[in-house]
Amino acid sequence: MTENNKKKLKLKVSAIKNGTVIDHIPAKSLFKVITILGLDKISNQITFGTNLESGKLGHKAIIKVSDKYFKDEEIDKIALIAPHAKLNIIKDYEVVEKRVVEIPETIKGIAKCFNPKCITNNEKINTCFKVISKNPIALKCHYCEKITNENQMVIK
Amino acid sequence: MKKKDLISINDFTKEEYMRIMELAGEFEENPNQDLLQGKVVASLFFEPSTRTRLSFETAISRLGGKIIGFTDSSSSSVKKGETLHDTIKMVSNYADMIVMRHPLEGSARYAAEVSDVPVINAGDGANQHPTQTLLDMYSILKTQDTLDNMNIFMVGDLKYGRTVHSLLMAMSQFENPIFNFIAPEELQMPDEYKLYLKNLGIRYFEHKEFTDIISEADIIYMTRVQKERFSDPIEYEKVKNVYILKNDMLENTKPNLKILHPLPRVNEIHTDVDENTKAYYFTQALNGVFTREAIISHIMNLK
Ligand SMILES: [Zn+2]
Repeated sequence: MTENNKKKLKLKVSAIKNGTVIDHIPAKSLFKVITILGLDKISNQITFGTNLESGKLGHKAIIKVSDKYFKDEEIDKIALIAPHAKLNIIKDYEVVEKRVVEIPETIKGIAKCFNPKCITNNEKINTCFKVISKNPIALKCHYCEKITNENQMVIK
Repeated sequence: MKKKDLISINDFTKEEYMRIMELAGEFEENPNQDLLQGKVVASLFFEPSTRTRLSFETAISRLGGKIIGFTDSSSSSVKKGETLHDTIKMVSNYADMIVMRHPLEGSARYAAEVSDVPVINAGDGANQHPTQTLLDMYSILKTQDTLDNMNIFMVGDLKYGRTVHSLLMAMSQFENPIFNFIAPEELQMPDEYKLYLKNLGIRYFEHKEFTDIISEADIIYMTRVQKERFSDPIEYEKVKNVYILKNDMLENTKPNLKILHPLPRVNEIHTDVDENTKAYYFTQALNGVFTREAIISHIMNLK
C-alpha cells in the first residue's frame, strides 16, 4: 500500500458523519483543550488520538466531535494553548469548511496572572486579560495591570 | 447613572484631570463645605498608612461626612479569614462610598466590581495610587501655572516607585513634556514606560549621575531608595548616598523649580533644602487634602 492510500484509509476508519475535527493540537494540551471546551461534560460521541507524528508540532493530538459545531468565541478560548489548531467542519462525511483559531482581544479565565501579589492569585476570582500582543503572546491583567508574557504563562 | 470609581490614574480623561484641578483650587479657597452631610464613607485600610488615611479622613471631615472603617486589618474580620469580596459586599451596604488601601495588586479594581457604591483606590500594593498622582499634578499646576512644557526630573527608585510611573502616564497627556530619569542601574525606569513614551513621541533622557543636569528642571520629583529593593546589599551601600539632594546643588537651577517628594523621606533630601523656597514637599502634602476633597466631590457627583 502506498503512503497516500494508508493515509486515506486511516481517515476513513475514524471519519465522522457530521461534526467537528480539531487537528494540530499540541499533544500535551489535549486534556486542557477537552476541559476548556467542556467536552468532558457533553454526551456527543467523541474520539481522540494523541502522540501522533506531526512535522510541525512534534507530537500532536486530534479530537473528533460528532454532531457538534463550535461558535468562534467558544473555539478561540483554546487559542492560548493550541494556537495552531485547525478545525474541519464535517457535513455528511465531507469537509465543508476549514477554520483556524484566533487569539481573542480579551481572555477570561484560562490563564493565570504571573504576579503572585495579584488579587486573582489570592482570592477566588476569574482572571481577565487584555491581549496586548499576539505573537509572542502578552497579556495585561485587568486587575493588577501587570503583563504576563508567553514564557510566564500558566494555564489554570 | 453608572457609578464612578477611581482605581487607576488611567481611568480619568485629561478633561477629568482638569476638572479635579479646578475643584481642588476651589477647596483650597474654601476647604469646609458640607457636601457630604448625612453621608457615610468607609475608610478601609487593610494595611496601615497613617499619612494617606489622615489625608483622606481630613478631606471627608471637611466635607461634613461621617467615617466608618478600620486602620489595619489585624483588628477586623479580615484577619478571621473573611474574603475581600465579602467584606466589600457588607460595607457597600452600609456606606455611600469606600476608600480602600490593600496590599494586594488589583484588589481595588476587584472591590469596585463587587461594590454597589463608588470606590476610591488609596493604594493597591505596588500597582496604583491615583490620588497621590492627582495631588502631584495639582502641586505642579499650582506652582507652574500650567501642566504643559514641563521638564520633569525623576530621581531615585524609578523601578518600583509607583508614584513616578503614574505621574509619567498622567503628565504624558499634556503638551510637550520632557522626562529625565536619574536612577542607579538596578532601579531604572522599566522598559514598559520608556516604550510608552517612545510611542507617544515624548522625549526622555536617562542618567546615572545626580549632577548639574538638574539646572534644566522645572520639577524634581525625589523618591526613596529602599534597601529591601536590592538583591545585593553591597549595591545598596554603593548608591544609598549618591541620590541625595543637598541645598548647594540648587544654586544654578531655574527660579520656577519646585522639589516634590511623596513623603515620608528618609535621607534623600537633606534637611538643609527644607528652608529653600524651591522645597515644596510639605505644601504638596497639604495639597493632598484639597485634591482628595475634589476627587470625592467628582466621584460622588457633589459638584
Ligand atoms: Zn494580575
